Amino acid sequence: MFIRLTDDEEAIDEVFSNFFTSECGPETVREAASTGFDRALWDRLGQTGAAAMSAPESVGGGGADLGTLALAVGHLGRTLAPLPLIEHAVATRLLARLAPDHALLASLIEGTAIATLALQSDNPQQLVPAGAIADVVLWRTGDEIRIGSGGAPGEVLNNLADLPLNRRNLDELCTETLSGDSETFDLAIAEWQALMATALVGSGFAALKLGVDYVQERYQFDKLIGTFQSLQHGLADASTGVEGADLLAKRAIWALDTDQPNALTLPSMAMIFAAESALSSAATSLQYHGGYGFAEEYDIQLYYRRAKGWPMQYGPVGPELQRLADLLITTGAH
Amino acid sequence: MDFSFTPEAEAFRVEVKAFIAEHLTPDVLESTREGTIHNQGFHKKMAERGWLNGAVPAELGGGGRDPLEMLVLVEELQLAGAPIDGMGVAVIVAAIVLELGNDHLKETVVPPIIGGDALCSFGYTEPDSGSDVAAATTVAVQDGDEWVINGQKMWTTMAHIADYVLLLTRTNPDVPKHKGLTFFIVPLDTPGIEIQPVHTMGTERSNATFYDNVRIGDEWRIGDVDGGWAVMKAGLKFERGIAGGQFPSAMLIDAAIAAAEAAPRADDATAIDDPRVREQIVRAMIDLEVARGFAYKTAFLASQGVMFGVEGSMLKLFVAEAYKKHTQWFLEMLGSEGLLSLDTPGAPVGGHLDEHFRHAPVTSIYGGTSEITRNLIAGAHLGLPRS
Repeated sequence: MFIRLTDDEEAIDEVFSNFFTSECGPETVREAASTGFDRALWDRLGQTGAAAMSAPESVGGGGADLGTLALAVGHLGRTLAPLPLIEHAVATRLLARLAPDHALLASLIEGTAIATLALQSDNPQQLVPAGAIADVVLWRTGDEIRIGSGGAPGEVLNNLADLPLNRRNLDELCTETLSGDSETFDLAIAEWQALMATALVGSGFAALKLGVDYVQERYQFDKLIGTFQSLQHGLADASTGVEGADLLAKRAIWALDTDQPNALTLPSMAMIFAAESALSSAATSLQYHGGYGFAEEYDIQLYYRRAKGWPMQYGPVGPELQRLADLLITTGAH
Repeated sequence: MDFSFTPEAEAFRVEVKAFIAEHLTPDVLESTREGTIHNQGFHKKMAERGWLNGAVPAELGGGGRDPLEMLVLVEELQLAGAPIDGMGVAVIVAAIVLELGNDHLKETVVPPIIGGDALCSFGYTEPDSGSDVAAATTVAVQDGDEWVINGQKMWTTMAHIADYVLLLTRTNPDVPKHKGLTFFIVPLDTPGIEIQPVHTMGTERSNATFYDNVRIGDEWRIGDVDGGWAVMKAGLKFERGIAGGQFPSAMLIDAAIAAAEAAPRADDATAIDDPRVREQIVRAMIDLEVARGFAYKTAFLASQGVMFGVEGSMLKLFVAEAYKKHTQWFLEMLGSEGLLSLDTPGAPVGGHLDEHFRHAPVTSIYGGTSEITRNLIAGAHLGLPRS
């Protein structure tokens, strides 16, 4: 048991903290609102090696585990950076697992091409995360895992969370079926969920900080509103939710990195809990901003919209809970 | 990051499970039905393994067991429904005495408590001071080498079977309230003490204790005169060593699944086929994993010598609030059959879901209410100013 960063991880975490805070302020997020993507920022992130850091060394990647990638993803979450890091990393790892000699891998490792995966099976018309900017898409149809490239990415569809969403017609993408069993795709989905949980936790911490800072600046009734117990308790609950989500997301990442028996269920649990905690954190902080929280110029609304939109890309939570129920409800299994 | 238990802790888990299989007999479980969550035989068996002493730091002369192993112990005991109220008090009292007590207390009180031969109860709360614990008015007045104690305590759980009470008293009314407190360990057979039962809507029985000119020697004082607040804080610190494993929902989920599988619904289905019930079970499982995260972190920090992490407060708050919610869900799924109480003929899973529902509210009250815990988190963790 060692539940904190090692010295090496601290150093890497600091690199990403510096990168995201210096390169991606709220103005960067606002400027990318219509495209959901900042190409120049992506190129600069690529120079740090982050885009390929978690791909295996055997295909030219950095060979880092998910735990290390999660350090970058956490800061991406805190700053709401308009970058497809999660999708790209997961799709690249999936392709490296299934077809280590694939011709497309080199450009994905370089970051000159962007990869994503379609999260819903058997739905050729689905909204694909990073679908408006991805050059390569992986998806599952029946028991087959397919890859498509080409077919110009389309316009970004206007959306709640300023994400680069588009409906890629998977049937029309130049496709090839990859050899490998369908369960490999389950692993990729779980990786996406665990990293999404990590990003949500980052956004939750940042949203909470906006609220905690604001209530210590704002006076009403001649008092600092941060002294009001109703606000303190709301923020304490939000903080508890995000801290709990953080520990669960970290354990989900660890479960994947170390191939634990619950490696395919903990990430889903982590994402569900992180989604609710991050939204609760943003909604609470927004509420305590009063009318300003509703104003476009204040940053808290960015967190409120992103916290809801990010996990919705996966699909509704109801069926996911039923899927978990089928996997988990056997007497004495938890 | 590493969330795995050491091989030693996993081996210890096997030992604890074997211990439970051997000693947590139906008779032991049955013995708590009168409302006292303690069984002397079982308690003594745990003492013989050195477990009552396990969470007491080695530098104080305690067992110094790895906090992660103590977490394993409490987790397994809770999952099995073992009566361990006595264990929690024993650890804290022994640790406080070893850290702050005089030689008399160390020699007289500690060996029988960690040996499982004597029990202690907490005497902090009073009729007019609960969360505001420093407002205690039970008075101790010095008279030569003796102290004379008068007052009343509430929620002195187990006092009716215990040998001692760890008593918080007022020794100076003329200073700010937390600067005029003194602790004593009072033998409960001292003349002038009366114990009356307090029955609860849960299955637990507690007590009110009355102190009428109770005379004890100064050797029963623990800590400095008017230094009671430091003793209180020491107790909270040691509580962390055993609070790592608060998992009431683990046992509840097992009971809920068993009850759902047996609860008939229309068309030959049972409640376990109901998507809403399935969702609630999974949500409770998610909450349980969140609780484990806090508990593991708390135990990890304790193993690193950090006794006051905010994770301990968050664990307390989160577990109690989640558990209350879960008991409401799972009782409701049974419909009218869920109304049947513990041991009533025909009650689903023996009425245990009713028992959980009755018990749950106290978990967000005792040991610090959820509201006080939120204050702590807002102040100590978020840095918000005092209200």
